Amino acid sequence: MSLLAVRGLTARYGDFQALFGIDLDIAAGETVAIIGANGAGKSTFLKAVTGQLAAAPDAVVYDGRPIGGEAPHHIVRRGIALVPEGRQLFPSLTVEENLLMGACVGRTGHWTLQTVYELFPVLRERRSAPGTALSGGQQQMVAIGRALMANPRLLLCDEISLGLAPIVIRDIYAAVPAIRAGGTAVLVVEQDIRQAMAVADRVYCFQEGHVSLSGRPADLTLDQITQAYFGM
Amino acid sequence: MANRFTVVTATRTSRAGGVVLLVLLAGLAAGPWWLGRGDMRLAVEIGSMLALAQMWNLLAGYAGLVSVGQQAFLGLGGYALFVGGIFLGLNPLVCIPLAGLAAALFAIPTAALVFRLRAAYFAIGTWVVAEVYMLSFAQVSALGGGSGMSLPADVVRGIAEDAGGRDALIYWCALALAVGATGLVYGLLRTRHGLALTAIRDSEPAAESVGIDNARTRWLVYIAAAFVTGMVGALVFLSKLRISPDAAFSVVDWTAYVIFIVVIGGVGRIEGPIVGTIVFFVLRAFLADLGAIYLIVLGLLAVAVMLAAPQGLWGLVAERAGVELFPVRRRLIVEKEQQA
Amino acid sequence: MEWVNAVVQGVMLGGLFALFATGLSLIFGVMRLVNLAHGDLIVLAAFLGVAVVEGLGLHPLVTLVIVVPAMALLGYGLQRGLLNLTLGGDILPPLLVTFGLSIVIQNVLLETFSADTRRLQAGALETASIELAGGISIGWLPLIVLLLAVAVIGGLQLVFYRTKIGRIFRATSDNPAVARLMGVNHRHVFALAMALALAVCAVAGILMAIRTNFTPTIGPARLLFAFEAVIIGGLGSLWGTLAGGIILGVAQAIGAQIHPGVQILAGHIAFLAVLAVRPQGLFPRLRD
Repeated sequence: MSLLAVRGLTARYGDFQALFGIDLDIAAGETVAIIGANGAGKSTFLKAVTGQLAAAPDAVVYDGRPIGGEAPHHIVRRGIALVPEGRQLFPSLTVEENLLMGACVGRTGHWTLQTVYELFPVLRERRSAPGTALSGGQQQMVAIGRALMANPRLLLCDEISLGLAPIVIRDIYAAVPAIRAGGTAVLVVEQDIRQAMAVADRVYCFQEGHVSLSGRPADLTLDQITQAYFGM
Repeated sequence: MANRFTVVTATRTSRAGGVVLLVLLAGLAAGPWWLGRGDMRLAVEIGSMLALAQMWNLLAGYAGLVSVGQQAFLGLGGYALFVGGIFLGLNPLVCIPLAGLAAALFAIPTAALVFRLRAAYFAIGTWVVAEVYMLSFAQVSALGGGSGMSLPADVVRGIAEDAGGRDALIYWCALALAVGATGLVYGLLRTRHGLALTAIRDSEPAAESVGIDNARTRWLVYIAAAFVTGMVGALVFLSKLRISPDAAFSVVDWTAYVIFIVVIGGVGRIEGPIVGTIVFFVLRAFLADLGAIYLIVLGLLAVAVMLAAPQGLWGLVAERAGVELFPVRRRLIVEKEQQA
Repeated sequence: MEWVNAVVQGVMLGGLFALFATGLSLIFGVMRLVNLAHGDLIVLAAFLGVAVVEGLGLHPLVTLVIVVPAMALLGYGLQRGLLNLTLGGDILPPLLVTFGLSIVIQNVLLETFSADTRRLQAGALETASIELAGGISIGWLPLIVLLLAVAVIGGLQLVFYRTKIGRIFRATSDNPAVARLMGVNHRHVFALAMALALAVCAVAGILMAIRTNFTPTIGPARLLFAFEAVIIGGLGSLWGTLAGGIILGVAQAIGAQIHPGVQILAGHIAFLAVLAVRPQGLFPRLRD
């Protein structure tokens, strides 16, 4: 059974329809990537799944329960945590306080301040600094750590490599195996196809609000992906 | 193949409404011949409130300036009448436009201070300034200090020798102010400045990005509103014949009522203040004897309208029926040119 | 020497203004809401004190035990049931709804308690004082008010920077949408902030009722004092608000020393002077 089963999900901003009947599955412990060009609907998809955009109840089924359209703070309590695009740290809070905000959900498990600091040792050194005083890569670590503090069963990552240097991206992605080892399913949304293919068990490609291609990275050819990505 | 464009603001209802309006205005102008004395006094109050409501709506509904301190300019206008009439020996009717000027003049330094505050803080800032004016006038013993003063009989006779003539002149002034204030807002909104205001209201950053100078447009609106509010102040105290700092700078009489009128009628619509004024005086006719209860009902009604129908009573009607009495929106009509 | 005395008394008065201002500053900080009914809620707390004193015969200071939780409950309900509905991008709804609320509270108090001037009698505490050198004396009551203001602000500072709810307040203030992604129900958090603010209003209202005469219609003036203290001190800083309150108190006391009629005016003018010279306030929070 899928941990997350999305069926026929549509989403709109006012009069503008951004998603047209998305079907997508994530099994427990699986790592899935969504790729697609700007405006393909990737971030919209995450907003709909996390309750930031309206969705039909049955369109998003988590752990066998319809959760579409629930409030964001209810959805995260069920165990779906989001690393938002642009990191979105709380500027008034220190690194440690930012991490502790993730634990407001009240779910216990593997992830604590201790284990997050083991995953990203540099954060322990900067624990008392304001979150926004860190480098981009370190801020991304805080954002991921903050989401892990919720001890989610499903971690959603929105463009975590955006604006970072390749070496920093490598460091960030190096954390994914440790996250999977804890049994957490991971959904990464990426514009960087190579990174997505390397990390994911399965890939979905979005194009203009539709799923244009899906499959295991090993089974997909470069031509297929290019066509699905750019619609050419 | 060229398309022909026409930009129109008029609607069928507005043209029909224009005719009705002219007939109505003619009837109102003839008021002194068919209205009783008490009715005329009520009409002066209604006209004053309508003019104030139009100005507050212009500020809050179009320029985004939520002022809780318009009583400052009303009071200044009122005192300008007494200064002009008593100390300068001017005819009280001449004092009305001068009172507007005086209020506009004081509005310049006032704006310099309160425009440093944004949004909600602007609101409280204007209130503080109004209190400063009130407390300052209470210190001027030549103007009666805290207890105020009356307009001497010989100054009053300067308007007209007989009471009937005075009432008629004050009535016409009130009518002129109400119609003038409404016309001013309507005219302003149809100019380039009006477009700018609507743009600011809809999206300040967007308006800035197309090069609209917000600060200047807002400043002009603020000064213009002070001018009209000052004239209303002179008129109000010309009909009351007595002024005191508490009455002249009353936040309840000159701002709270006005805010309730605009909110109930519809913020950001010219028809809003008119509808709100009618509701206000109808409610008052039924509830005024109840004192505090009247204000409680009015306050609750305004809160309920703000929450349930922020577009106001007129907004509800206009949206259902698609009527617009004072069209300020430009509509683009595109016709395909006939092929030969 | 009488000028020194005026300054000393002004500092004491400033403690009361700081208490007026703290709630206003707190809710603006957490949810960017400017509550125009703030002053009337302080006066409402004072009248609750009157009702409790008359009903149960308690000492005014003991009424805090009842009035503070009652106001906190009211604050929670008010935010959850009414003010949360007004939050959004538009500034008109919160301003106009709280303004309407202000008028409603004033007139409900007028209907219930009449326009009579009231004061809570605190017995010997009202006249007890400490004699200092040079004939200056400090009343125990004003001193207690000042110390309570310091204690309240210090306590809030601890709550904001040392507790989980304080962290949630600051995070929600930074970005309510992201806070929701952390499982925070922002509506509940806003209501808790309003509860805390009205608890402070309750303290301010009871102390005001012991220190000065009051009527149902003095709320707006308290709002203005609170607002002036916040702006003088600088937005976003509770200690700045305390300093702002004290500066306002000193300005009023000096004004009263010049002429009793210009006490309030002197405070307003001090505020306008700060606004003209340093619109960001004297002690603004550096990072926002």
